[in-house]
Amino acid sequence: MSTTHNHPAPAPLGGQLVTPATLILAALVVIALGILAVRFLFGLGAVTNINDGYTWGIWVVYDVVIGSAFACGGYSVALLVYIFNKGEYHPMVRPALLASLFGYTLAGAGVIFDLGRYWNFWHIFWPGYAQVNSVMFEVAVCITAYIIVMWIEFSPAFLEKFGLKDAKKKLSRVLFFIIALGTLLPSMHQSSLGSLLVVFGYQIHPLWQTVLLPLLYLMTALAIGFAIVIFEACLSSSGFKRPLEMHLLGKLSNVMTWMLAAYLAVRVADLVVRGAVPSMFQPNVEALMFWIEMALFVAPLVILARPEARRNPAKLFVAAVCLMLAGFLLRINSFLVGYETGPGWHYFPSVSEIMVSIGMIALEILGYIVLVRYLPIMPKEA
Amino acid sequence: MSINRRNFLKGALAGGTLLAAGAPVEARPNKTMPPDAVGLLYDSTLCIGCKACVAACKEANDMPPEFSTTEQLWDTPLDISGKTLNVIKMYKDGTGETKDVEKDGFAFMKVSCLHCADPSCVSACPVSAMTKDPVTGIVGYDKSICIGCRYCVAACPFGVPRFQYDRALPQISKCQLCRHRIADGKYSACAEVCPTGATLFGKVTDLQAEAKRRLALKPGEESQFPRGNLNTHDQSPHTAKVAHYIPEVYGEKEVGGTQVIKLSAVPFDQLGMPKLPERSYASVSETMQHTLYGGLLAPLAFLGVLTYVAKRNVKDDENDDK
Repeated sequence: MSTTHNHPAPAPLGGQLVTPATLILAALVVIALGILAVRFLFGLGAVTNINDGYTWGIWVVYDVVIGSAFACGGYSVALLVYIFNKGEYHPMVRPALLASLFGYTLAGAGVIFDLGRYWNFWHIFWPGYAQVNSVMFEVAVCITAYIIVMWIEFSPAFLEKFGLKDAKKKLSRVLFFIIALGTLLPSMHQSSLGSLLVVFGYQIHPLWQTVLLPLLYLMTALAIGFAIVIFEACLSSSGFKRPLEMHLLGKLSNVMTWMLAAYLAVRVADLVVRGAVPSMFQPNVEALMFWIEMALFVAPLVILARPEARRNPAKLFVAAVCLMLAGFLLRINSFLVGYETGPGWHYFPSVSEIMVSIGMIALEILGYIVLVRYLPIMPKEA
Repeated sequence: MSINRRNFLKGALAGGTLLAAGAPVEARPNKTMPPDAVGLLYDSTLCIGCKACVAACKEANDMPPEFSTTEQLWDTPLDISGKTLNVIKMYKDGTGETKDVEKDGFAFMKVSCLHCADPSCVSACPVSAMTKDPVTGIVGYDKSICIGCRYCVAACPFGVPRFQYDRALPQISKCQLCRHRIADGKYSACAEVCPTGATLFGKVTDLQAEAKRRLALKPGEESQFPRGNLNTHDQSPHTAKVAHYIPEVYGEKEVGGTQVIKLSAVPFDQLGMPKLPERSYASVSETMQHTLYGGLLAPLAFLGVLTYVAKRNVKDDENDDK
């Protein structure tokens, strides 16, 4: 992971670690840990609102399904830089990869506290127990493998920090294969996160139940990946008071809007072919949520329609946020709003459930701040 | 850069061809039940709502009582749950006067696992904790394997597997047709105690024939209905008047067939039994998965292309560095 196109080498930012912001983040993490202690002592029902009608709450749908999609920045940028050979985006690789690393590692760890019989989790990787027809098996194995691959992809930052030049050299010889794996694995499990729903059959509303779910989830994961990179670049430039790399972000938004347009074409064609169009015009919550979801997917195309808008940081930021919300809603809608198991079942996350998810996000941001100050991740300022 | 792009396209084309050639396009059909599969025939018109089956199920499976009244004296479950594997639910319309009538009438429905021929829960389970017995066809659960992901709970089209949300060390609970009693030469406790033969145990092929016999009877006439175990005739039959059946055996075709089949005089969807297609959801999901991942051909082909392209581009990267 060396530099190219004469980009400045990554360097630690340095600076204060203990600030009001990091203290608040740490407090949120402590609250989440307290709630999790109650969960492990008294069961999932003690702190969550999940039930047999909605057995997967936000700890699955937000922490894992959405959390990992929001961690696709590393995947999208790696695909662009190493597979489509767009070296100009190279300075974005490390920051994006770090955010992905955190997102995925925490999504993986988050699974543990949602698993009822977490002490058996290793069975999923164990020959004899592993059930290869299960979509969940594919998701679990692929995400775990990707977390390991990402740590290896990211390890040059550590090796540089500790001056382990030999190890870094050895690693760089096989890095191309690690990078290939790092683009294959997310393609597999981001699509499979959508495939999880296919076996639910009629319980998923026709606006979301389709065998194209894997493709829809994959395309949106890639588009979200680009949106996240723009979002994080804007935030870290204001947070760390660094100049914004507008020329790169503008070009990245081109790629993002093309991906988005392709997604919308597939999405609408699928709805038409399956005859789901009448479901859009029913006076119910599902149809309303569908329109909000679609509006958020269309919004970035409208906001960034004119080329000059793509050089405007505020517009780029708003478009990226819209797309992230759209991807968020596609997942919430297909897993929760459009999921109906029979009369009498309701779900809305409890405060403690939400606080755990917030604690996870806080831990991600905290880890990101600590590592960019300590390790060579951000491009050095000229 | 243009050379690289050309190479990439070449590689992508090669990979695409490999992908198209390698991916198995054959659909995975519905699985069928074993020839000696056992199950239950539940006849809603014979059920008197005594709930003896609910109590017997609790005892046979060592499940705790569940309360829905303020006194908390009697086991009064309203639905299946982490503590209850079997309940009798009641349908009531308007005045609720006449039994087995949709309008101004009432009817009963047994709620417990239907033991699908091609179960969603078995297809969903990532660790083989949910399995289908190759001989009896019983869908069994092994808590020592289960990781508690609850994919089975979410996937089941009948909402059958339930989870214990109130326990630190929880498990899934579902009816396993008293498979632990079958080993001792006994059979499902619910069928054993049923006083009218509304719940009848037996080989599925025989239960299906018995269901067809009932549908062919003349409504209003008296007939004999076997009780307990249809194959061993361990109990004397029950005599009752034939009801006005809906001419359909629920579970004969639904999601590829179930080993617990049902008869009723009130439409099944009114009794909480969903209208389902003949193709099992497990077969839809597994056809999709096998198309994408069959023999790992497509992922390996894709990995080959990615490795080739990444190798070129990362090497360029190194050269730039020098």
